[in-house]
Amino acid sequence: MNATAELDIQFKDLDVVYERPDTLTDARLHYCPGCGHGVVHRLLMEVVEELNIKDRTIGVAPVGCSVFAYNYLDIDMQEAAHGRASAAATGIKRVFPDKIVFSYQGDGDLAAIGTAETIHTANRGEKILVVFINNAIYGMTGGQMAPTTLDNMKTSTSPFGRNPDHVGHPLKITELLAMLPGTYYVTRVAVNSPRNVRIAKKALLKSFEYQMQGKGLCFVEVVSNCPSGWKMTPVESNKWLEENMLPMFPLGDIKVPSDE
Amino acid sequence: MSEILLMKGNEAIAEAALRAGCQGYFGYPITPQSEVLEYLSQHGEKRGMVVLQAESEIASINMIYGAAGAGARVMTSSSSPGISLMQEGLSYIACAELPCVVVNINRGGPGLGTIQPSQGDYFQAVKGGGHGDYKLLVLAPATVQEMADLVFDGFDLADKYRNPVMILADGALGQMMEKVAFREYDVTKREIPKWATTGKNGRKERNIITSLHIKSEEMEKVNQHLQKKYCEMQEHEVRFQEVQTEDAEYLLVAYGLSARIAHKSVQIARDNGIKAGLLRPITLFPFPSNRIHTLCKQVRAVLTVEMNAGQMYEDVRLAANGVVPVEFYGRMGGIIPSPEEVYERLKRMVSPESVSQEVKI
Repeated sequence: MNATAELDIQFKDLDVVYERPDTLTDARLHYCPGCGHGVVHRLLMEVVEELNIKDRTIGVAPVGCSVFAYNYLDIDMQEAAHGRASAAATGIKRVFPDKIVFSYQGDGDLAAIGTAETIHTANRGEKILVVFINNAIYGMTGGQMAPTTLDNMKTSTSPFGRNPDHVGHPLKITELLAMLPGTYYVTRVAVNSPRNVRIAKKALLKSFEYQMQGKGLCFVEVVSNCPSGWKMTPVESNKWLEENMLPMFPLGDIKVPSDE
Repeated sequence: MSEILLMKGNEAIAEAALRAGCQGYFGYPITPQSEVLEYLSQHGEKRGMVVLQAESEIASINMIYGAAGAGARVMTSSSSPGISLMQEGLSYIACAELPCVVVNINRGGPGLGTIQPSQGDYFQAVKGGGHGDYKLLVLAPATVQEMADLVFDGFDLADKYRNPVMILADGALGQMMEKVAFREYDVTKREIPKWATTGKNGRKERNIITSLHIKSEEMEKVNQHLQKKYCEMQEHEVRFQEVQTEDAEYLLVAYGLSARIAHKSVQIARDNGIKAGLLRPITLFPFPSNRIHTLCKQVRAVLTVEMNAGQMYEDVRLAANGVVPVEFYGRMGGIIPSPEEVYERLKRMVSPESVSQEVKI
């Protein structure tokens, strides 16, 4: 018996404890090391697989770092114009209400250029899931100021720190959306620790289940990091997130279903 | 054909969309086309059409993107300023090759302009309008009957070429009432396209709707594919109407409402011994360049008549390619030219000395 055959037997005898879900492609992620996008992609697809809805799920990717999300999620996907993912998702869900539809958007996409679409999609109570990745920066274009950039935070377009007198304070759009009667479930999670990853997955699972039950709009903000844009190591960025992002964007449910 | 009804142009478009099996309409109010949204809000839901008033034209066109990408037959409509807001979305739709019908009930511009009829959006409609190299297939109705007919044809052409189709009319055609009869149309013949994002539904490969091709070599291939498609349209879809061109010595070229006025001008000219004829493009892209060029070899001069500062005029001149002089007459800002003033302009071409001093144009 040669060494390879021996290994095969050993693998057969082992239990699989961790593998790539069928709903993720085998493609290599283009995200920077330590970025939260990869984790959220995986969580989303784990949930889609567990709920056995991959045959009727349609995702809408944004413009931003996750513009290529469709390269990794092995489901039908659309790539929308900058800020318009929730409008495209509305179009899909309205004509095909039996489909499971989600949009996946970053802070610039959702809370700056797409603010009107975001608010009105939520206000209409579209029966979709909106996943909002908030890393307080424009990652794709090289680290410019985002609507959620923290006060005094340095970016390439706020090189002396965000000056609220000049450009206002960070926009807490999730709290704003929770005020609208159209939103059904609004929560804020993070993926900076194993515990938070588990909580995030639970929020995504609940959101898809609500959609399957025909409930209103579910909104999951994921406070994420951007090691490259923040010019930190992945470990430093997670620490910085904990110390700076979370006080401004506290984790937890902001609106829970009123009929539960 | 159904019974003959008396309808506004905007209502005829809405009713035709319902009869053509349009599954979704997303729109935003703007004068002079709001009747489309109003009519469909009244009748759409009970006849199985999703009708949604969006928060803006930007949202409307992106809802169209989503729904068309998922395989639905969809339509939106607006008027000039609103169509400007849709240009980004139209560029994405053209690149992602999504079939849909977009109606522009053209009003006078630029800017907020006026709510009166105009043809000032010709360039925007036929030259692309948004960023990048792309074309809409543009249909120009001249009657309320055609407003209805071209909706059916528009949906079929959009599917045939996987391309957005624009119906370019104007505020007068949208608001005027005329008789209209709706054709029989089998809505069951359309199937959800194989490329649509319907959910994988057992399919091995996922379907992706995108306009992003980051590698230049791939993006060039996409462009070449689009250009090939536009050439096919140019070859197979050109439509026009001719009036008394057989023996014409002077050719008028006009589309939409201007063509109806120019038609009357041709009659006046004939009554006065001038052998005039009219060519009315029905497709503005693809443009009937070949036919116009052929007619140019027969006539002494061409007069283009438009409700703008001379936009189609450029395409007519390209078609003439120097064979004969091409001149232009137009009114702007929502003014509709009278048949008489067009005739006076024609007369100046025929014999400059014959124009009386008191005629001022």
